[in-house]
Amino acid sequence: MIVAEQKPVAEILRMIEGYRKILVVGCGTCVTVCMAGGEKEAGILASLIRMAWAREGRLGPLIDVSETTVERQCEWEFLQEISEKVAASDAVLSMGCGAGVQAMARMFEGKVILPALNTKFIGMPERQGLWTELCAGCGDCVLDRTGGICPIARCSKSLLNGPCGGSQNGKCEVSKDIDCAWQLIFDRMKSLGRLEALGAMLPPKDWSKNRDGGPRKVVREDMLL
Amino acid sequence: MKSGSNLEKVLVHGDFAVTGELGPPQSNDREVIVKKAKAYKGYVDAVNITDNQTAIVRMSSIAACAIVAGLGLDPVMQMTCRDRNRIAMQSDILGASALGIKNILCLTGDHQSFGNHPTSKNVYDIDSIQLISMVKGMRDDKKFLNGEEMKSEPRMFIGAAANPFADPFEYRVVRLAKKVAAGADFIQTQAVFDVPRFKRWMEMVRDRGLHERVYILAGVIPVKSAGAMRYMKNDVPGMSVPDELVRRMEQASDPKEEGIRICVETILQLREIEGVSGIHLMPIMWESVAPIIVERAGLLPRPEY
Ligand code: SF4
Ligand code: SF4
Repeated sequence: MIVAEQKPVAEILRMIEGYRKILVVGCGTCVTVCMAGGEKEAGILASLIRMAWAREGRLGPLIDVSETTVERQCEWEFLQEISEKVAASDAVLSMGCGAGVQAMARMFEGKVILPALNTKFIGMPERQGLWTELCAGCGDCVLDRTGGICPIARCSKSLLNGPCGGSQNGKCEVSKDIDCAWQLIFDRMKSLGRLEALGAMLPPKDWSKNRDGGPRKVVREDMLL
Repeated sequence: MKSGSNLEKVLVHGDFAVTGELGPPQSNDREVIVKKAKAYKGYVDAVNITDNQTAIVRMSSIAACAIVAGLGLDPVMQMTCRDRNRIAMQSDILGASALGIKNILCLTGDHQSFGNHPTSKNVYDIDSIQLISMVKGMRDDKKFLNGEEMKSEPRMFIGAAANPFADPFEYRVVRLAKKVAAGADFIQTQAVFDVPRFKRWMEMVRDRGLHERVYILAGVIPVKSAGAMRYMKNDVPGMSVPDELVRRMEQASDPKEEGIRICVETILQLREIEGVSGIHLMPIMWESVAPIIVERAGLLPRPEY
């Protein structure tokens, strides 16, 4: 899933300065699961803004902060449902990931759409309260060669041919809090009895599949209408 | 001869090679390079010029190499994968060759978080093994990485690093074998303080016959103080320093002299190991000690070709 975290409230308040009717929009998918921008978080953020504005004496009949949550901000059909609420607001604070914010900006022309989250990565909850990155969406997966552990997202240098000279005691040279991805790959390949495979050189990566001219697209001819 | 560099000649003739490391200044002051290089003249066969080591911005390796070459020394241009993509690297390799640089050391590079621009974006378009293979392709096949042919090839003696003290230990020799297969002509290792572990690693190297396919230069660092020795032990990733050496430095009445003694002793031990073709001296901010060490280790005079 996409993992995100909320921006500092002070930054959000600066962003919405000057607007009077704010709609906070949560998203019911990834950011709900990572507890950054679901219904609950949208409710909390809206209250925080109301409280902050009340302290400044800004709340009045023409001033309003409301919240709503859609199932997925990155699909047109779900956004349609909130058209009226969006139309009634001066600015929308999206609690979706970067895709959600942009989908709203395209859907609601002429409306100010602001991001309430910092979108971080594709990953998973490792344990309660801890999420880690697992995939960098490189567009050309090599997990078959690396025992199911991603060197692109998880090695600090995205190395393809084994650990650098800084790997020690299973930790990355960058910090003792970071597991060396290549130590993990080595251990896993060893347990799979596939160490031999790590002797082969992986050629330079085709990064055009990662970041090309403009946004990348996936086209399924069989599904195009 | 692959490159005709002095280092290559020395190694091919079977002499025990000595290389030294020179870090360019954090300025455009060429005099710093000249002074440091002169300390090496006559005492080493080639001088490694670091490439923004520990991710601190310094004069470029390629420019400093050209200055060193102008003084009649044989430079080894270090090139890391951290700051440049394959386009910039190939371009710099051609430029280096045109400037008379004949040795290259292909490195991964320290992570930018260690340096003075920790908010920068790293590149790592290719890794050090792919870099070795790219230089070899340019030299031997006259081809760019994309397969296009070039008119004249950069004749480089290709070096790579190896760290026998990093983990996973078992994989270290596999990685060396990959570097040799990719085209490394010589290897410079991480600084050796832990000679027994280095010996175990060399045994694995010999088991695979790698010492016959690549020249291995063992790294050594002369250490000035007990504090510096402790720093090596505790704060440098991928380094192994026995407690005994820390104790010797702590108890020494003249720590500088003790540091030199430890370094010379290490060199003498390394020289005895089958498959070690030379040493690589890395006197961090202490280039002037190189002549003393080389002389006391009985490595003078340096051969001339
Ligand atoms: S190799 Fe690429 S696609 Fe596969 S997990 Fe890593 S970043 Fe994701
Ligand atoms: S220590 Fe491991 S994870 Fe860190 S950069 Fe080196 S190989 Fe990658």
